[in-house]
Amino acid sequence: MPTLTIDGHTVHADHGQFLLAACRSAGIQIPTLCDHPAVEPYGGCRLCVVDVTRPEWNGWCKMVVACLFPVEDGIVVHTASTRVIEVRKVVLDLLLARCPDTPLVRDLAARHGILATSYVRNQQPTDCILCGLCTRICDRMGMSAIGSVDRGAGREIATPFREPPAACIGCLACAEICPTGFIRYESGTARRKIWDKDFDMLRCPRCGRSHITVAQADFFAGRGGVPRSYFEICDVCKRKDLAVAATRLACATETPAR
Amino acid sequence: MRIESRQQFDTAVAAARDTRLSKGREVWVCCGTGCLANGSKAVAQAFDDRIREDGLQASLGLYHKTTGCHGFCERGPLVVIQPEGLLYTRVRVSDVPEILDRTVRNGEVIPRLLYKDPATRQSYAKYDEIPFYKHQIRVSMRNIGRIDPEDLDDALAHGAYAGLAKALFQMTPDQVIAEIEASGLRGRGGAGFVTARKWKACRKARGDRKFVLCNGDEGDPGAFKDRSIMEGDPHGVLEGMIIGAYAIGAHEGYLYVRDEYPLAVVNVQKAIEAARERGLLGTNILGTGFAFDLRISRGGGAFVCGESSALMRSIEGRTGEPRAKYVHASDKGLFDLPTNLNNVETWADVGAIIVNGGAWFAGWGTERSKGTKAFSLVGKVKNTGLIELPMGTTLRHILYDIGGGMLKDRPFKAVQTGGPSGGCLPADKLDLPVDYEILSENGSMMGSGGMIVMDDRTCMVDVARYFLKFLSEESCGKCVPCREGLKQMLLIFDDIVSGRGKTGDVERIERLCQGMQLGSLCELGKSAPNPVLSTLRYFRAEYEAHVGRKACPAGMCRDLTAYEIVQESCTGCHQCPKVCPTEAISGGAKMKHVIDQAKCISCGACFDVCPEDCIRFFPRAEAKEAAHANADH
Ligand SMILES: Cc1cc2nc3c(=O)[nH]c(=O)nc-3n(C[C@H](O)[C@H](O)[C@H](O)COP(=O)(O)O)c2cc1C
Ligand code: SF4
Ligand code: FES
Repeated sequence: MPTLTIDGHTVHADHGQFLLAACRSAGIQIPTLCDHPAVEPYGGCRLCVVDVTRPEWNGWCKMVVACLFPVEDGIVVHTASTRVIEVRKVVLDLLLARCPDTPLVRDLAARHGILATSYVRNQQPTDCILCGLCTRICDRMGMSAIGSVDRGAGREIATPFREPPAACIGCLACAEICPTGFIRYESGTARRKIWDKDFDMLRCPRCGRSHITVAQADFFAGRGGVPRSYFEICDVCKRKDLAVAATRLACATETPAR
Repeated sequence: MRIESRQQFDTAVAAARDTRLSKGREVWVCCGTGCLANGSKAVAQAFDDRIREDGLQASLGLYHKTTGCHGFCERGPLVVIQPEGLLYTRVRVSDVPEILDRTVRNGEVIPRLLYKDPATRQSYAKYDEIPFYKHQIRVSMRNIGRIDPEDLDDALAHGAYAGLAKALFQMTPDQVIAEIEASGLRGRGGAGFVTARKWKACRKARGDRKFVLCNGDEGDPGAFKDRSIMEGDPHGVLEGMIIGAYAIGAHEGYLYVRDEYPLAVVNVQKAIEAARERGLLGTNILGTGFAFDLRISRGGGAFVCGESSALMRSIEGRTGEPRAKYVHASDKGLFDLPTNLNNVETWADVGAIIVNGGAWFAGWGTERSKGTKAFSLVGKVKNTGLIELPMGTTLRHILYDIGGGMLKDRPFKAVQTGGPSGGCLPADKLDLPVDYEILSENGSMMGSGGMIVMDDRTCMVDVARYFLKFLSEESCGKCVPCREGLKQMLLIFDDIVSGRGKTGDVERIERLCQGMQLGSLCELGKSAPNPVLSTLRYFRAEYEAHVGRKACPAGMCRDLTAYEIVQESCTGCHQCPKVCPTEAISGGAKMKHVIDQAKCISCGACFDVCPEDCIRFFPRAEAKEAAHANADH
């Protein structure tokens, strides 16, 4: 079990664990914007930088991102050294220039003492911080309907050829994981619209609630193993069914005892 | 026929030497990309036609072929006549009959076609007496320009695959690694990582499936060493990779070549096929049972795809984007399997090191940088081109003895080394020996060996801005410091060069540089501040002049510069009005010329053309002040 020192505390971590998790389990807060338990770490926002050193390095430190750095036995970690704080401030200052009106960014920047950007404010303010959570969750779902296009400052999240994405099933995972609410969608009882693509909703045969898109049900059923009808019933009704079954089971087991 | 034993290899080489090395004369026509652009294909064809018509091949024992690039592209098309080693430059189709008649038949030299040194006006007959070549020592480029890259037998006749044969028949993988270690070879693609150490780590890594990769992305603008090697001696690269695969225990490899290098792709592909056919590649190589095969992977051409983790993603068919490298590629690289990546030039050195021994290679260079290194020398020197020199050569020697000194004998200002994220070194650093650490300690880097020479008509702020612009366009945009940092940095520079610089700009730049160096994900963002920091280190006064006085000391930033004609020295030669694009210069022939400041766009065309040096530039701010003062009177 790797043992490390984080800001003076001795911490026992699991093998293969990332430093961010080890820090958090030790109760040390590190700001992040692109990390999420549902997807693989990415290392894009660079807010989780920390200094890592070893006693035998004679004071030399390397700066790493905690979300991607696998814990090593014997390392000494400084999560709030002067230069770590400075890098975080530069990053937030830059993000604030990009997203001057985004509450999440403004709050985080303000907590680091930055109330206004010292750089040039974006002429077309956006809420997209390019954390890549949406594209990663979409990849994770197996759709890869959206991706990033263009390089450098022109980078954007977009659909292929900027057309309604063929692979999209309207699951809303991207919109739900987006930390700033940048990804817009409309969802009603009959129709749903995201990424400019329209979807028909599926009504639960039990309760009549529109809970998923027809495309979702088709996709899940297409993966095989489970009949389509299973996906047509909404989660609430499924849970109800489960509860009923459980009660029945409980009664059944209780009966002979009586 | 497949070669399946040491003896068969020796027989094949002897046979190749017999047919490919002529006892009579040889005519080599350069068909590298540079010479092709200058029309060398037609020249080669003309030789072909004439030689066939006249039956010269038989009567004179003449052997003729096309070769890869000699590195002296600006003089192309180049033709070399052996065994004399004559070099003819700027050869045209109409010169072909004369060359065949006078030189090939009668051994006469044609003075008109010889290279003439622009500095001394001296003509040189022999290839290796020309200053540009005389000082060079070619290891990675040993066979470029000497072999027909499409002819495996020609390569064999010139020593190709001798290193492979030695490694497979006489050495264990550990001995191969030990030899590379003794050579001191370090990566030629940028970071200068010790090659043997990388190989060792990959050899040790667990797993049966390992990869050997070659980085032929060469994204640095203006660089062409890897292209020339792949085009001119693809077998040298293959040989290195097969030896590396043997040492590491890999059986699969990829050569990543940028799509903009069609001739490299074609020549490498042909070489792979030819090598496979002869049993130098594929299963049971040279009959030893060792198997290794190679495929070409064509890169989309983004600069960042040359970065190792991005390159591997790109070969996997995913977006070529860097990822964190806290786990080494030697453990988890391509497809998360143990992988060893080297640059084209690094691979090309390997065969020669195995043949001649590590000590031979380590005989050149400095304590920490051994062997020879290819450089592309461009910019304001008389001779530009691709050269290979021992490490530790001084910058001065490169610029003045090989480069022939400054173009138009203007004063030297700086040399930019290491590609877009390298740095600029001023005149007092010219005696520095070229060595990985020495260049880094002085704020520049070896990079892939680019060298851009700049004269006094260069604004160092603008130079930094140029590289920033390139990098900002090539940043993948994945991480915040690089994507947003480069964008903001460029905005500050745009302000500075156009006279909108503010106090504190330099400090803001420095803060951004630090944030990018420490915070960026990959080496692109981490090293992007180099051009800025090195120019700040050596030319800070220029930044201060731009910001404080709104003046460009080099007179290159148009928004800050005005021109005037010094009336006392103007001879009325009437050259400047002819080049002025806005007709801002008045005065007929034999009359004093005057620039109309309202029309002048500060392009500097008149300055460059004036034979009397009587055009002066000065800060535009002063011109405005003067105008104000005049108006007040
Ligand atoms: C942005 C970027 C671009 C790079 N481009 C190249 C390239 O075009 N060719 C190359 O050989 N190495 C390039 N490198 C360096 C590679 O990442 C890697 O270090 C090298 O290919 C390893 O080979 P070597 O040890 O033989 O030098 C680049 C690195 C970065 C960060
Ligand atoms: S440093 Fe630049 S090129 Fe490298 S990952 Fe970050 S944005 Fe991409
Ligand atoms: S959370 Fe680690 S880089 Fe974003």
